[in-house]
Amino acid sequence: MATYSVSRGTRLNKFLPVIFSAVVALLAFLPKFLQIPYQVKFVQAFILIILATMWNLLAGFGGLVSIGQQAFIGIGAYALVYFADIQGINPFLSLILAGLVCVVFALPLSFLVFRLSGGYFAIGTWVIAEIIKLFTVQISQLGGGSGISLGAFSGMGREMRIAAVYWSALVTIFLVLLSTILLMRSKVGLALTAIRDDQTAAGVLGVNVQQTRRLIFLLVSIGFGLAGGLIAMSNLRVQPDDIFSVNYSAIMIFMVVIGGLGSIEGPIIGAVAYYFLQDKLKDHGTLYLIILGVLGILIVTIAPRGLWGFISREKISLFATKYRISENKQKEGA
Amino acid sequence: MVNETQSHVSALTVSDLNKKFGRVIVAEGISFDVKAGEAFGIVGPNGAGKSTLLNLINGTEPSDSGEILFHGEPLNSLDPAERTHKGIARTFQIPKPFSEMTVYENVLVGSTFLKSHHSRHERSELAIDAITRAGLTPFFNTPAGKLRLLDRKRLELARSLACQPKLLLLDEIAGGLTDAELPVLLEIIRELNASGVAIVWIEHIVHALVSVVDRLMCIAGGKVIAIGDPHTVLEDPKVIEIYLGSDFQVGGAV
Repeated sequence: MATYSVSRGTRLNKFLPVIFSAVVALLAFLPKFLQIPYQVKFVQAFILIILATMWNLLAGFGGLVSIGQQAFIGIGAYALVYFADIQGINPFLSLILAGLVCVVFALPLSFLVFRLSGGYFAIGTWVIAEIIKLFTVQISQLGGGSGISLGAFSGMGREMRIAAVYWSALVTIFLVLLSTILLMRSKVGLALTAIRDDQTAAGVLGVNVQQTRRLIFLLVSIGFGLAGGLIAMSNLRVQPDDIFSVNYSAIMIFMVVIGGLGSIEGPIIGAVAYYFLQDKLKDHGTLYLIILGVLGILIVTIAPRGLWGFISREKISLFATKYRISENKQKEGA
Repeated sequence: MVNETQSHVSALTVSDLNKKFGRVIVAEGISFDVKAGEAFGIVGPNGAGKSTLLNLINGTEPSDSGEILFHGEPLNSLDPAERTHKGIARTFQIPKPFSEMTVYENVLVGSTFLKSHHSRHERSELAIDAITRAGLTPFFNTPAGKLRLLDRKRLELARSLACQPKLLLLDEIAGGLTDAELPVLLEIIRELNASGVAIVWIEHIVHALVSVVDRLMCIAGGKVIAIGDPHTVLEDPKVIEIYLGSDFQVGGAV
């Protein structure tokens, strides 16, 4: 009888923690060398990567195609201003709270939107995001329709403030990506991958589809809240029409689809690609959107599995989520 | 074959089960029971409601009325995952592999979400064992979407074995197998049945089915036509008229 051993990932993956740590360490020292405008750009890119990663967990794996996650971006942004300015809590602690408070909103909302499926789910989440915006506008303490400024950093010099926001964003993206990788390597990750490929079969094999989806809906709401908090920190102002804008959903869909739906690597690549595109094209007005649209169509036509699917050819996986079985070689005559 | 000790306990009791899709009746007053450890075959013409019956039993389709008991416990309010946790596994007639996951990962899903809380090592052993029994060892690391049809059917079987079922529902698992492959499959099913797993098996390859099952049921138009000893059922004039055709002989070519 042959015996087998199970391993996770390939030889490449063994070096990954080293590379991952090295990149993070390098990024941590960047504010020492980098001019302020570049630090701001890094923060924007980090936020985009967080958003893409979260939306992909929800839609790419959970099959929950939502166009209303800006609800949690908005809640996170307002929560940061509320905790930091109105409650006077340390702004970095406020950022953590801004992420966690989203779960409090996500849990009851999940019971509402999980009654819907497919297109109805998508529209339902959008409607809820709009309703939350309309409620927020009514709260005069939060600045009503004109929004509210963040004053918690006013005692800090510009250079120090931007470095502080940069480090907050770096720590956040590190934790978000690490949690995502660990999640996808866990039983929940196995369940999510099965749900991604065939929901009915997953249920028949004992995966509690609804419960897994609810869990992921709650978890990603933390990520969206953190991203919202970071946006508030870096803009120093929150305006309801901007922060609750459905544009966030459009951008997230674009990043995840061009990068590759249903992988960990795809959304990161998609977010970086989108970041460079918008950075180079944003001064060109309407042309910017046209070029973005054309590129989106081209990429999904040429590489239906997104940029990552095109590069990896389904053979490479950076984060060792795949299992590998190898037969144990038996000694002669043993 | 049924042991003396097992024959009195019902694994599955279906009573007065009804299901309509719009105006089409797919189950009308269906009642039967399967004893613990029994192998139970289902035949019937295409569109008779055979696959739907399995859907109703494992919960992928809700019934309109009627009751399904599993070891005396009503299943009606349970979803498919909960029914799997109780010990019901199934294969699909049209395989539903997790296309981008490897064969091992596919089967690991089956052994991971049981309620019996196996350790990581045990879950992996269960998956490897199920893959070995289904004859898929050359394909451990192959993405399931790249398998040919026959291996996809084997994968269906391996996944359901990994769920450690007390009742296994097989939906045309032998369809499309070659003459060389069929005995291997029959051996797996017999072995499983001998280890105490009750089997409900839908199949068009009647001689294969009859060589394994203790009892046979023929349904047509959502109704039970005949039920009982396989040979008696196959000789029933109504079954011959509706399903087999008048020149049918068991165990031989037509």
